[in-house]
Amino acid sequence: MSGDVIHDIGFRHYAGERLGRGWVVRSLLIDTLRGAFGLGRPARSKVMPWILVAILALPPVVIALTVLLTGGDELPVSYTQYLTQLQLPIGLFVAGAAPYAVSRDLRYGVMPLYLSRPMLRTDYVAARYGGLAIAVFLVMALPQTLLLVGALLANLPVGDQLAGWAGGLLASLLLAVLLAALGLAVAAFTPRRGLGVAAIITILLVVSGISFALSGIAESRDRSELADLAGALDPFRLVDGLTAKILGVDPAIGELTPTTGGQVAIFALVYAVVVGACGLALVRRYRKASGL
Amino acid sequence: MLRGMEPAIAARHVTKTFGRVTALSDLTVEMPSGVVGFVGANGAGKSTLIKILLGLLPPTSGDATILGLDARTQGPAIRRVVGYMPESDCLPPDISATEFVVHLARMSGLPGSVARERAADTLRHVGLYEERYRPIGGYSTGMKQRVKLAQALVHDPQLVLLDEPTNGLDPTGRDDMLDLIRRVGTDFGISVLVTSHLLGELERIADHIVVIEGGVLQRSTSTADATSLSGVALVEVTDRGPEVMARLRAGGAQVETADEAGHLFAVTLTDEAVLDAVQAAAADLGVGLVRMQRRRHHLTEMFQEVAR
Repeated sequence: MSGDVIHDIGFRHYAGERLGRGWVVRSLLIDTLRGAFGLGRPARSKVMPWILVAILALPPVVIALTVLLTGGDELPVSYTQYLTQLQLPIGLFVAGAAPYAVSRDLRYGVMPLYLSRPMLRTDYVAARYGGLAIAVFLVMALPQTLLLVGALLANLPVGDQLAGWAGGLLASLLLAVLLAALGLAVAAFTPRRGLGVAAIITILLVVSGISFALSGIAESRDRSELADLAGALDPFRLVDGLTAKILGVDPAIGELTPTTGGQVAIFALVYAVVVGACGLALVRRYRKASGL
Repeated sequence: MLRGMEPAIAARHVTKTFGRVTALSDLTVEMPSGVVGFVGANGAGKSTLIKILLGLLPPTSGDATILGLDARTQGPAIRRVVGYMPESDCLPPDISATEFVVHLARMSGLPGSVARERAADTLRHVGLYEERYRPIGGYSTGMKQRVKLAQALVHDPQLVLLDEPTNGLDPTGRDDMLDLIRRVGTDFGISVLVTSHLLGELERIADHIVVIEGGVLQRSTSTADATSLSGVALVEVTDRGPEVMARLRAGGAQVETADEAGHLFAVTLTDEAVLDAVQAAAADLGVGLVRMQRRRHHLTEMFQEVAR
């Protein structure tokens, strides 16, 4: 910067390339993805996401060391189980990232500036959603990959581990799509960021609590099929149940998981309905409350 | 700079109703390139027309074109070459002006490096220098308005729609903003549609004034026509005043004596030819013209009946 002299050369016109909606959506998606990890934001915004990333990445290192030192031919936790066991930090990450993605634009009235640019309302929603879903996926895929690296270093069977890892990534993908949709839908209706964070984490904890409570009640009355179905209420149990069936792996909660084809169909239906309803709510929200 | 001779903005029988409320009623108006002042009280329908022009709100009936593009069907194409500065607050406080304008430049379709370059340039042109690296939260109202203007200009639009840009500014800030808008029209060569509920401030900077009230067009006039070709010119000659007046009257001009000796008189300006006739008469009679001063009718006077 030093030594630079500013010459007033007048307003310069731009005759160069103007990129289309694809570029605009991609740029907004990357902006959302970076924002979720606090990149391009003040230092204090980086603290929470990176602490959560560290919390999620630490156990795989410990697990790998354990397997290395004690031997054995399989990991103490499966890849899909790992997600369910660490649902609190994953939930917290979503609760922190989703409001940043949308609440800020609503609260400070930035929407008119987006809408007066060459994009559609749905482009905005798609880019914010896509960026958030990718961020949530990465947060889950990183520890899974560390688990794989640890397992391979410990000379566990390569084929098994690769299959388990791929299954874990599939579960992560399903979970990211679901959690991002839920988080964004809640955040879009809570323009105050703090409120959005609290609302998302509360909802995730409450549905999980209700889901387990209902399962417990059903169990105690010997209605185990209902106990299994109650799992559809909790996003983590829902995805765990689905992937366990699809992949044929051990579910995280062995006794409470869909067994019959009908139950699996209900789980799949619930998944599709929740993602669809959140998407619809978002699109409707932005059609009305665009501020323009 | 002229960007084609067709009107920059044209509305034909545009009506917009929200339930029982009529925001615009059969509005037909053409606005030229250059700086156009769009005047009306709050709720007169100015912002509604802007939303229609941006292709964000379909009119209930009628058609509108902006830069030759159809507002009903070509929204994204319009928003590529048009800039918009909203009336409301629209700036997040936790980010610097530079970062924010770079981001919005990308959102307008500029490639990354171009976005950075143009954001820095544009912020400088609107008068934001070192402060542009600080978070917007600490800015004064005047600085925030400049950031809002910069984001509307960063992608080098052919036309900008500025909604009440002087709102909330103190008198000095208002003058600075108006000068800046005038420069956007003249130095930057970007057509401007600027709204205000105050006619007085727009007549200073606009080439054309459109007045609406209750969604109905009241007047659409060029300020050049309005101020120079109506009204009178005060003429003073060194000698033979009565003879000059007689000649002018013989040529069909309306002349009134303004002083006893008849050397100072007022000529009604019906068209530009009257001024030529004054010069010709003075030259023929060999008298000197001391002054020939147009008394500009103030637009404010013209619109008194409208504003009431």
